[in-house]
Amino acid sequence: MEPLAIYNRVKEKVGDRILEIVDKQPNPFAVVAPAALVEICEYLKNDPETSFDCLSNESGVDYKDRIEVVYHLFSYKLRHLAVLKVKLPRENPSVPTLENVWNAANWMEREIYDLLGVNFEGHSDLRRILMPEDWEGHPLRKDYPVTGARI
Amino acid sequence: MSLLNTLPDYVITTKTDEIINWMRKSSIWYMLFGLACCAIELMHTGGPRADIDRFGASPRASARQSDLMIVAGTLTLKMALRTRLLYDQMPDPKYAIAMGSCASCGGLFQLAYSVCDGVDKILPVDVYVPGCPPRPEALTEGLLKLQDKIMTERWLTKAPSNGNTAHA
Amino acid sequence: MFFQFGVPLALTIIAIVFVTAMFGLQKLLAPSNPYARKLTPYECGEPPTGRAWINFNVRFYVIALIFVVFEVEVAFVYPIAAVFVDWVKSGHRLYALSEILIFLLILFVGLIYVWAKHDLEWIKKVPE
Repeated sequence: MEPLAIYNRVKEKVGDRILEIVDKQPNPFAVVAPAALVEICEYLKNDPETSFDCLSNESGVDYKDRIEVVYHLFSYKLRHLAVLKVKLPRENPSVPTLENVWNAANWMEREIYDLLGVNFEGHSDLRRILMPEDWEGHPLRKDYPVTGARI
Repeated sequence: MSLLNTLPDYVITTKTDEIINWMRKSSIWYMLFGLACCAIELMHTGGPRADIDRFGASPRASARQSDLMIVAGTLTLKMALRTRLLYDQMPDPKYAIAMGSCASCGGLFQLAYSVCDGVDKILPVDVYVPGCPPRPEALTEGLLKLQDKIMTERWLTKAPSNGNTAHA
Repeated sequence: MFFQFGVPLALTIIAIVFVTAMFGLQKLLAPSNPYARKLTPYECGEPPTGRAWINFNVRFYVIALIFVVFEVEVAFVYPIAAVFVDWVKSGHRLYALSEILIFLLILFVGLIYVWAKHDLEWIKKVPE
């Protein structure tokens, strides 16, 4: 299925909790409301027409005015892909966890928490993965000093 | 019962020291401590073409069985704690070579938030081998310089020994 | 008259001298500098968690015990097998054979018991 057809199919089910569908090459993406994320992802995983069994990447992006979390989904069975995005405010960004849908989200969400400070509600083990455990601050944010704590 | 640092300075001990140092320098067992890209060149230096096994240097996996630590690669702050603990767990006499520019001074990543500027911030280094990464011949030269340094050590006389003292 | 022990004696003397020399040189010449951090258990650089001395599993003891019992049984069977021909020649063939078979049978009962109690399996399934 084409990505746009996938997003339209989800939109029929969920309605206006898909906030927008952007047709940008090479990968059209759909912006999703954070509260509906888990429901949409479970639908995409379990529906036999879409059948997304693999979360191939989950990453965070820090734009100056917001933080986004981007999900790349792939289906080994039907060989199509989809991209979902969630837009979050920069103060206390928080999104439900996808750990119960795809296990791969566990470490990927730990990395996003470690480097960007996004809180994942319901995550079983949210702690730092790349920086030392007692590090303060989230290094990949745009307002973090490039050279770290030193001069 | 140890003879170290016991003999007064009118006793000439050159040949004894020379023999002990020759035995130590001809069999430096190094710990494989490759952290980043310099580890590849470290592996090549131990490989067949530029072979440091002909100088007696054999790779060991464990800190307890080695007397040289070749820090090959960038030292991050998270790794610095473990590196210092491993250096402490090596038995005396122990030596350290900082291989590459990342281990010598932080190198390319000197300004990054998570990098320790050089391994000499946490442990005493005997030889620095510059390069990014240093060629196997350069690392061999560094090892030979370390062998020269070992030959100058004095163990038996009471005078302040420039041998490997305690890094407590 | 004990000339056949000449070579082992030489080897023993060389071994003792060699080992003593090695340890003696180490006591005289090796620097010894133990401090608390050096003596911590080696855990590939990670700060050690827990003790270095832990209980080991009792299955090693069970295997060693069974091994010793059956090894001794084999050690008894070998001399019997060596002199069996003499027993046959003197006409007590059946007597000797039944003796050794009774010995093996008693130990075989022990083997059956160990087998049935699942002690020969490395991972013993505990009945739920």
